[in-house]
Amino acid sequence: MTKESKSKFERPDGRETDEMRPMTAKVGIIPNADGSAMFSFGDTIAYAAVYGPKVMHPQHSQNPEKGTLRCNYSMLSFSVTERARPGPNRRSTEISKIMEWALEPVLIIDEFKSMVVDVHVNIIQANASTRCAAINAAAMALAHAGIPMKDLVSSVSIGKLDKQLVVDVSKKEEDWEEGEGATDIPITMTHEGELTHIQLDGKISGEQLREALEMARKATQEIYEVQKKALKESIG
Amino acid sequence: MSEKNQRKVVIPGEVLAKGNEYLPGEGTERRGSEIISLKYGLFEDSNKLIKVIPLSGVYQPRRGNVVIGKVENITFNGWVINIGTAETAFISIMEIPRFVNKNELESVMDIGEMVVAKIWSINKRGIDLSLKSRGLGKIDEGIILAINSNRVPRVIGKEGSMIKLIKDETGCEITVGQNGLIWIKGDSIEKELHAKRAILFVAEHSFLSGLTEELKKWFDENRK
Repeated sequence: MTKESKSKFERPDGRETDEMRPMTAKVGIIPNADGSAMFSFGDTIAYAAVYGPKVMHPQHSQNPEKGTLRCNYSMLSFSVTERARPGPNRRSTEISKIMEWALEPVLIIDEFKSMVVDVHVNIIQANASTRCAAINAAAMALAHAGIPMKDLVSSVSIGKLDKQLVVDVSKKEEDWEEGEGATDIPITMTHEGELTHIQLDGKISGEQLREALEMARKATQEIYEVQKKALKESIG
Repeated sequence: MSEKNQRKVVIPGEVLAKGNEYLPGEGTERRGSEIISLKYGLFEDSNKLIKVIPLSGVYQPRRGNVVIGKVENITFNGWVINIGTAETAFISIMEIPRFVNKNELESVMDIGEMVVAKIWSINKRGIDLSLKSRGLGKIDEGIILAINSNRVPRVIGKEGSMIKLIKDETGCEITVGQNGLIWIKGDSIEKELHAKRAILFVAEHSFLSGLTEELKKWFDENRK
């Protein structure tokens, strides 16, 4: 990417193409949970609570060979401008499953046989990239709950607005209509740069996707530092 | 408190040490020549053996642990005890050293009462507890407080130094369950509450090294 093309493109909130919204993270926010964390990208705020490992109920979903991760993503009714109908829906069920897939590769829960680790994530304020905020909060909460993990994961959404790649998509950008429109690519990586989750809904060339991955690698490194700082500061 | 005696906090995936002379201990793993943390907790290096001591998370029951639990239910041949684990624990009627009428199990221990017991075995059906040892049995008086089970080793201290200090300073009898429940029994409520505050001080400052000294200072400041 040349310098001119970078300065030519203007984002609705005036950010640089590779600039994230201000991030905040906090650990241990829910005293009743075994582990908890909060993560936010600007106006998008996710609260995660981890319970377990505990006995899996219903009993028929128990796996006697290894432990199970069960995620529950939910957007609170007041989190969006138009009141969202509370309770599970198609979208939240899908994102819960996606979160399980994004987090499972780093968890070491094989020895928790017939048991489950429950992760509940609530989005209390949404401005796009909620699944990324949810995964980031869940990763921190899992570490806080003392679950053995190979690494921490960090998640970011890369957007393609017309032909321009941008990092950390906001709601306004998600609804981009000029040119080719908007493509949203949520990506989750470990801090060593290994991919655990990638979603793509739209059109993108192979070359540009590689570029997007490179952007995500840089952005997740930034997120990792925020997560690390929050975890380290919560003790002492 | 000064920065110096603050212990290093590590997170999963962090490189703890480089070089083949280091050995991976609890909560760590070797990847190539590096020792990587698998848990969130405090870093410890004792003679090149690297460990991570967690400070949060749930209690993992181990055989031989002394625990404190609450009677949750009475069955025809024993008591179901909640010790804060995923599986519920069980005390058989055989653990009571005298004759017990099977219709009057509640006269020995009723629902809601607290008990000190030892983990006898952990099997597929659950956890079996034993009362056949000194200091075990039903709790009649005193107060119980809960801390995170991962902080119990700090409350006990090296060879019991911390708990001995608290006992000597407050004159209370203290039983620490490995599951994080602590039973304090003293002559007066004031003494018991003083011991409780001391234990909570230790639990909240478990990331410090030289904690016994800090507690001594705390006792000097908070003496009645």
